[in-house]
Amino acid sequence: MELAKRVLKLIENDAKMSIKTIATILDEEESRIADIIAKLEKDKVILGYNTIINWDKAGEDGVTAMIDVKLIPEREVGFNRTAERIGRFPEVRCVYLMSGTYDLSVIVEGETMKDIAWFVSHKLSTIDQVQSTVTHFVLKRYKQDNFIFEEPQQDKRLVVSP
Amino acid sequence: MTDMSKYISSVVKSVPPSGIRKFFDLVSQTEGVISLGVGEPDYVTPWHIREECFYSLERGYTMYTSNAGLPELREEIAAYQKKKIGVEYSPTNEILVTVGVSEAVDLALRVLVEPGDEVLVPEPSFVSYAPGATLAYGKAVPVPTYDQDQYRLRPDILEKYISPRSKVLVLAYPNNPTGGVMGAQDLQALVDIIIKHDLLVISDEIYCELTYQGEHVSIASFPGMRDRTLVMNGFSKAYAMTGWRIGYACGNQDLISAMTRVHQYTIMCAPIMGQKAAIEALRNGETEMLKMVSDYNNRRKIILKGFQEIGMDCFEPKGAFYCFPSIKISGMSSEEFCEKLLVEEQVAVVPGNAFGSNGEGFVRCCYAASIPNIETAIEKMGNFLRRHQPA
Repeated sequence: MELAKRVLKLIENDAKMSIKTIATILDEEESRIADIIAKLEKDKVILGYNTIINWDKAGEDGVTAMIDVKLIPEREVGFNRTAERIGRFPEVRCVYLMSGTYDLSVIVEGETMKDIAWFVSHKLSTIDQVQSTVTHFVLKRYKQDNFIFEEPQQDKRLVVSP
Repeated sequence: MTDMSKYISSVVKSVPPSGIRKFFDLVSQTEGVISLGVGEPDYVTPWHIREECFYSLERGYTMYTSNAGLPELREEIAAYQKKKIGVEYSPTNEILVTVGVSEAVDLALRVLVEPGDEVLVPEPSFVSYAPGATLAYGKAVPVPTYDQDQYRLRPDILEKYISPRSKVLVLAYPNNPTGGVMGAQDLQALVDIIIKHDLLVISDEIYCELTYQGEHVSIASFPGMRDRTLVMNGFSKAYAMTGWRIGYACGNQDLISAMTRVHQYTIMCAPIMGQKAAIEALRNGETEMLKMVSDYNNRRKIILKGFQEIGMDCFEPKGAFYCFPSIKISGMSSEEFCEKLLVEEQVAVVPGNAFGSNGEGFVRCCYAASIPNIETAIEKMGNFLRRHQPA
């Protein structure tokens, strides 16, 4: 596997892995790994580094909704222009073009249900190309980006064994 | 309380308690320990394997199986061994499913060893072989292997320890506790001696999937060795299934049949739930297994570099998930080193002498631990060594 891809595989689930650790695993110089990561960032292969937070545990209330959006495609650009426009709203976390009965899946976050209702009624539905929306509120998160929320992580092994 | 110890057989009395046990008690009483002292994967069994077990329970698979194990499992084992080591075993009468490899080793020793027969055990070694030989009324003969030989068994050293009473040679590669492996050439060099002295081989290959450079080679695959080798393997290490206790032995039908006879009167059969899970592991477990192996390999590199940086000599282990660094620079015995490291830095590693007397001067470090834990443990060991370097 090409070196850049091997670097990406290592940091995919652990953005905090140090350059030294990556270099050790891949038998490469640290400077080379640093250059590769810098290039991946510059080329927007790496778009950024998020933290996956269990906000419930942190004592913060918040609301997430998944909105199915039907669109009227536009000549030459199809769904792209509208999808990009929707994606520019700061409350929108993700926008996906979907196969099936609707066109876009939009994930929106807000502090309250009212925030999301307001976004849907005032911003999303009023876009000319938006034909209809169906909003589903997230009730509980079990797993996100490979992390299971409630899984007890403690090591259950005996501390010493043969 | 009445002293009942006089009723205990002299054979059992002659087996010393495991050196690991004492250390385990000590570690258990210490808070906040980073343990590199475990002998098992830090993963839980992949979900699809666990789920297959639930499904089999839902369908009511709660009964005995045939003594030798479920036929489907034996067929899967035969296919696996053919692919892995290139040796064909009949699922009908050359494979026995056991309660872990430990049971398979015990059965083999009981079946092969006459009172007074000698069992050659290359050391440092896993803790069960020598006591197993004693409990089978045999005599364990430790054969030393060395750091400078990367803990491979050298033919000239083996030959020195062979006597007219030698009957069984235990080979356990990739090796616990050293991480040493034996390649094709290393094994070839032993074959003539084994045949010349009419030895039988118990080849414990439980770590065979955890081979990081080159392919695993079994001694059973060499001409003239198939019938005199009992290949033992299981699911604990490769598929993170230690607690399921499913292992197996493959070999000549006369030997397997004799082992099955002992097994049927002692164990009856390995638990069906574990056998069902093992079938799933062999049929669909390769992808996740390879991912775990790749992760162990990453950690192996990190721990080795760490030892290098803190000045601990360690040969490069090419198998299992253990390193066996020398602690000579500390000037301490293995036990002293481990106890002090535990008390002062809350890092647990296992004294090398728990695996045989020539493990003295070394410690076993298991890298089936998270990368941050390995890195912290190395840092703490570095601090410890700086404080304790002899002037």
